Amino acid sequence: MQIRLNGKVREVAEGITVRRLLDELGLHPMRVAVQRNLDIIKRERYEEVVLQPGDTLEVLTFMAGG
Amino acid sequence: MRNGATLKFGGKEFHSRLIVGTGKYPDYHTMQKALEASGAELVTVAVRRVNLDRTQESLLDYIDLKRYTLLPNTAGCYTAEEAVKYSRLAREVGMSEMVKLEVIGDQRTLFPDNEELLRATRILVKEGFIVLPYTNDDPVMAKKLEDAGAAVVMPLGAPIGSGLGIRNPYNIMIILQLVQVPVIVDAGVGTASDAAIAMELGCDGVLMNTGIAGAKDPVMMAEAMRKAVEAGRQAYLAGRIPKKLYATASTTMEGMIE
Repeated sequence: MQIRLNGKVREVAEGITVRRLLDELGLHPMRVAVQRNLDIIKRERYEEVVLQPGDTLEVLTFMAGG
Repeated sequence: MRNGATLKFGGKEFHSRLIVGTGKYPDYHTMQKALEASGAELVTVAVRRVNLDRTQESLLDYIDLKRYTLLPNTAGCYTAEEAVKYSRLAREVGMSEMVKLEVIGDQRTLFPDNEELLRATRILVKEGFIVLPYTNDDPVMAKKLEDAGAAVVMPLGAPIGSGLGIRNPYNIMIILQLVQVPVIVDAGVGTASDAAIAMELGCDGVLMNTGIAGAKDPVMMAEAMRKAVEAGRQAYLAGRIPKKLYATASTTMEGMIE
């Protein structure tokens, strides 16, 4: 199914959880924040939140800045 | 007189009064060395999309979290809503309840939109954030931010990245007398003397990024800034001589031959 991830369309498995997606992307859950369709998903829920087709996901972290 | 031995706010304590940004370095390795040379304990970071290209290096690989405390900023936000959103996301990434709150009013000067800044401050203070607002040198605004619960006020010395130094030391002196919270000059520092001047006025700290990252030798400049902040602070505590219009000799006339 298709979702939007960090501004780009991405093909992911049906029923994928946030946690599984982060694993697939090689991202450590402790170092990111996840926003799904304008809601911030708390870290404790990464394993239970299942992505739906058409979801808009933003995965953020700390980057260089002043 | 602000004569505490350490910089204290939001239940935290810092020995270094120099806060340094992580942006605009030629490479992460230089940034790492510059942070070390600066002696900073608190460093700013931005909240941005993760780079999904895993071959790219990541900032956090170059920052020892046992050594540095991270201060996320809301750079690039132009409304209170945006800044609040980014603050919540920053808190979710973790490692910090603090936020360097930036709500920009103008793209060319990057001056703050104080109206939106105050609104965002109120919302974030209610949500338990430790808010460090980047503002201008308006004492009325500084007091409003303090009353709204800001942990610190951060008047700009000059526009971000301009290197123009402390444009209005007189307003900063008024702010220092008007508010009880720490006053940290943020933005505009171009060279060591600018940082020293801020500290000599009595400021509790200085925050800079471009002044170090943009220098020809960022590591050397970071060390210069560390010394400047220490020297300025010491000069402030030592109590300078007053400024006078006319001379007063340093050598007595007594004992001179006829």
